[in-house]
Amino acid sequence: MSKNTEFVKFDKVDKSYDGKVLVVKDLNLNISEGEFITMLGPSGSGKTTCLMMLAGFETPTNGEIYLDSNPISNIPPHKRGIGMVFQNYALFPHMTVYENLAFPLRVRKVQKDEIDKKVDKALSMVSLSGFESRMPAQLSGGQQQRVAVARALVFDPAVVLMDEPLGALDKNLRESMQYEIKHIHENIGVTVVYVTHDQGEALTMSNRIAVFNDGKVQQLSSPDKLYEEPVNSFVAEFIGENNTFGGEVTDISKDICKVKLQNGEILANPISVKSKGDKTTVSIRPERALINPKDKMDNNQTGKIEEVIYHGDHTRVRLDLLGNKEFILKVPNSSNELDLKLGNEIKVGWNSQDARALDPK
Amino acid sequence: MSSETKQILTTDGIPLEISLKKAERKNKIKAFLLVAPLLLFLIITYIFPIGEMFTRSIDDKMITNMLPKTFKSMETWDGKELPSEEVFASFLSDFKILVEKKEHGKLAQRLNKEKNGFNTITKKLFRQVKRNKIDETQSIKEQIMKVHKRWRNVEYWQAIKRTAPPYTSAKYLKAMDMYLNEDNKITQVSEDRRIHRILWLRTVEVAFFVTVFCFLMGYPIAHLLATLPMKYSNLLMICVLLPFWTSLLVRTASWMILLQQQGVVNDFFVMIGLVADDNRPEMMYNKVGTYVAMTQILLPFMVLPLYSVMKTISPSLMRAGKSLGGTPFVAFWKVYFPLTIPGIGAGCLLVFILAIGYYITPALVGGASGTLISNQIAYHMKTTLDWSFASAMGLMLLGGVLVIYWLYNKLVGVDNIKLG
Repeated sequence: MSKNTEFVKFDKVDKSYDGKVLVVKDLNLNISEGEFITMLGPSGSGKTTCLMMLAGFETPTNGEIYLDSNPISNIPPHKRGIGMVFQNYALFPHMTVYENLAFPLRVRKVQKDEIDKKVDKALSMVSLSGFESRMPAQLSGGQQQRVAVARALVFDPAVVLMDEPLGALDKNLRESMQYEIKHIHENIGVTVVYVTHDQGEALTMSNRIAVFNDGKVQQLSSPDKLYEEPVNSFVAEFIGENNTFGGEVTDISKDICKVKLQNGEILANPISVKSKGDKTTVSIRPERALINPKDKMDNNQTGKIEEVIYHGDHTRVRLDLLGNKEFILKVPNSSNELDLKLGNEIKVGWNSQDARALDPK
Repeated sequence: MSSETKQILTTDGIPLEISLKKAERKNKIKAFLLVAPLLLFLIITYIFPIGEMFTRSIDDKMITNMLPKTFKSMETWDGKELPSEEVFASFLSDFKILVEKKEHGKLAQRLNKEKNGFNTITKKLFRQVKRNKIDETQSIKEQIMKVHKRWRNVEYWQAIKRTAPPYTSAKYLKAMDMYLNEDNKITQVSEDRRIHRILWLRTVEVAFFVTVFCFLMGYPIAHLLATLPMKYSNLLMICVLLPFWTSLLVRTASWMILLQQQGVVNDFFVMIGLVADDNRPEMMYNKVGTYVAMTQILLPFMVLPLYSVMKTISPSLMRAGKSLGGTPFVAFWKVYFPLTIPGIGAGCLLVFILAIGYYITPALVGGASGTLISNQIAYHMKTTLDWSFASAMGLMLLGGVLVIYWLYNKLVGVDNIKLG
């Protein structure tokens, strides 16, 4: 059975709160069944608004949202059958864990023994069996989070929405919860729409990521593609670290172009430049530029070390390269034969394929 | 021994506990000094007056001090037959002292309260004493009994004996329309004289319904206040607080203007044809007026605690309730409402306690059927000057409030209250 690739569909959705500014502009987004999709973006980029429209707490100003081919704009939230995990968990503080989980089942008039079974199953799924009679206030942040996830899943919704659910947890817990949520998703195959501003979280968990900025989806693709092949300078900047050069295209062919910088010239991969004279921002990932490259590379430059920062597993080196004083290199700690001293001149090389000539900033 | 060896010492060799106490003593003294003015204020303005009220309400020492010898000799009297010669003699000697001090009038008044008819016979006895008609060498009992036939009636002597204890519960019984009869039994006053019990019941009833009305009106307002955007909620808050900034009298007076028979509300009813012009309903000088005015005046006391509780309830809880499949009503009833109970408790308790002792408003708009027990207290304070009776009623009111507080604590728990 082929999966519905338009299980959730945003069709030309606009949203404005005050009639002056569009928070979401002409959003078209298809989410297939069973997919884990993340809406990633800085705050104010419209990602949470999209989630709220899907949940039914906001109505689109224009356009329509379809769930399994049915328009849902006129369906109130409680009839949509969409589970939701809130930023601050939103567990009912006056109910026990069991009552919290039983709530969605009770309002659906599920039989008592059926409720017990489902609650049991949901709690064991988040490895919290035996916590039924606790009050939410007696649980740690991570445990509350798991109860919230279990509650959103216990009534077998078609779609689960998660609104920055891990934002309040500390770093270690956040990472382990990421894996846990990812595994739950893999096990039960529910469609998940996840909102976060944490790119690491998005890259770890998602099948596809929609990068939001300024009310628009900037890029929608799988995590690796998003990181390796950003389509514009916002995405390149927002996801991972990034070295940039501003310049002008002086020569262009099918898969290579020459970019003239303030003091120098480099070869780059033309992504969003079309012709000679276009302004461009060239983006190179720090790990794609190597010191004293052994393989032959078509960009070879010399830079001066401005700063060396020890990071444990790697060392960050800041170079002054071609007039860019913020050029970052990541040197793995296995290559300790290098002489990284302040003020030293070192050779740096990278392939033109990895230097992506994007739209100018 | 072992505990001594385990005692932890500071680096200077002083036991840790002593050192800690020393270090904290200064802070404790400071804290106490900070609280001291408030403590003093409470004692002077609250505990002391209440104690004073209490003693006044049960005090019956005046007559005990007036007839010391009489009561002393009455101790052996069984109270069935007329008392012995000795009692009569000591009564006469007490009475003579009172006549000298010109306090026999007070005695007559006090005894008359105990039993009607004492006024006349005391006056007669006074005249006899004044004219030195009583010969102390002869039987005093015979002579006094000759003064008036009531002196021969054992009931009057029983009445005197009843006044012997320095303390009395008479005022409290009176407030409940009861009294101690000749046999020292608690009896109800005749039906046509039972006014206080009606007032108590009415007070509780008015306080209860005012609380209910305040709750019904205050809950939506508080909810709106807590959920509206700041710029609107501030405006609404001012509207809620406006009555606080207006004099109580002005507010009550404005209700009088609105509610009177030729008033604005009645005019409006006539205008829209709801009532006939010659059949305007009475909305003032009865319970309706009391209800309307008191509800409006006490509304902020309901709204503010509710608001402060609702403000802390995250809107995402209602959303969670809805997204999990609860209809808006279910989400409200199962999620939102239970979380507001601390506010409801605080608001209701506050309004009820204030309403049960309300005075000005019922006095002005209540009329005869809308006055409450507090008006009765004021009446005795100002008009009859029976302060001990007023004190007794005031203390009963206080006791009632404490009982309600205790009940609330049993049912809901006082630590659950949230005033802000």
